[in-house]
Amino acid sequence: MEIKVLGPGCPNCSMLEELVKKAVKELGTDAKIEKVTDMLEIMKYTMSTPGLVVNGKVKHRGKPLPNLEKVKSLLKEEG
Amino acid sequence: MLKNISHYVTYTLFKLEHGTRLADALDFFVYDTLKIFLLLSVIIFAVSVIRSYFPPEKTKRILSHKKEFIGNILAAMLGVVTPFCSCSAVPLFIGFIEAGVPLGVTFSFLISSPMVNEVAVVLLFGLFGWKVAAIYAGTGLLVAIFGGLIIGKLKLEKWVEEYVYKFHNGQEYEITRQTFKERLQYAKESTIDIVKRIWLYIIIAIGIGGFIHGYVPEDFLLRYAGPGNPFAVPMAVLIGVPLYANAAGVIPIVYALMEKGLSMGTVLAFMMAVTALSLPEMIILRKVLKIQLLAVFAGIMTVTIIAVGYFFNAIL
Repeated sequence: MEIKVLGPGCPNCSMLEELVKKAVKELGTDAKIEKVTDMLEIMKYTMSTPGLVVNGKVKHRGKPLPNLEKVKSLLKEEG
Repeated sequence: MLKNISHYVTYTLFKLEHGTRLADALDFFVYDTLKIFLLLSVIIFAVSVIRSYFPPEKTKRILSHKKEFIGNILAAMLGVVTPFCSCSAVPLFIGFIEAGVPLGVTFSFLISSPMVNEVAVVLLFGLFGWKVAAIYAGTGLLVAIFGGLIIGKLKLEKWVEEYVYKFHNGQEYEITRQTFKERLQYAKESTIDIVKRIWLYIIIAIGIGGFIHGYVPEDFLLRYAGPGNPFAVPMAVLIGVPLYANAAGVIPIVYALMEKGLSMGTVLAFMMAVTALSLPEMIILRKVLKIQLLAVFAGIMTVTIIAVGYFFNAIL
């Protein structure tokens, strides 16, 4: 699974990254997590940060952040 | 109802004596806390439902190729209801420009968004009454509209980083369709998220009102920025510009300044300066704007907010 966390480095974006790491660990899936901070790269997916992209699909954008359970289920959808 | 609860807490739970200073203060504190939190939750929830209809992607579409003036008015109003984290300022800016939103209209949005929001308005309403809240919201929108208009008229596009105008994504972001139930769920999460972030500031603000009320001695601040000083407003604004706090964070300071005897207009201008202009936001915006444009932006905002402060002092 390829996961991208989109965000220029604000507290919300780091929080989302932590959540994703935790979710991946708890699910025990094999995933590559990439933090995308380049603005133009982010713009390919969304205008509202923080964003979560799994296998090229935008699964979450903006505030409020999803909770851990929500992140897990978003990841499971892309299994 | 709320009065009963605060009476119960004060006289039954804490067994304080009627009529003492401490009892009055606690009674007032509990009542105000309950009132403001209730009000906040209801209003944030309602605004969040509205907000779910205006994701930035849609706002961008609405503002694209709008004429100046009408565009500025719309942008200032959409700034209030579009959900937006300050870290999104850059992608939002690039997205707006790409979609053909005029520069001045984009600025109207960027100005109103942090300054006029439901938290600011509810807190002002709860602590100082509806008149102050309405005046703050109304002039906040005016500042955003005129700030954007002036920047548009000055034709400062040359001071936007070149890559912004070269950027062509051509991508229409899809707007997720939501059922009404999903919107309510979003609003609930959003309300909890916001209240969690700001509750402490509000307790502090109410605490200042309840317990320090009347105890604060006059001091140098009042001497230098008090109602007698014609330069109180510019001083308060210049102090506020580099400071940064969201609307909730600045409220305790606002309350404390009021207690010290600063006039309402001076304090509201200070609040606008703190929320609308900040060093961290400038640093974020530096990624898309050249330093000259940032300077002009800061200059226009400072002057406008000072003018608004004098206006407040004249009418309040």
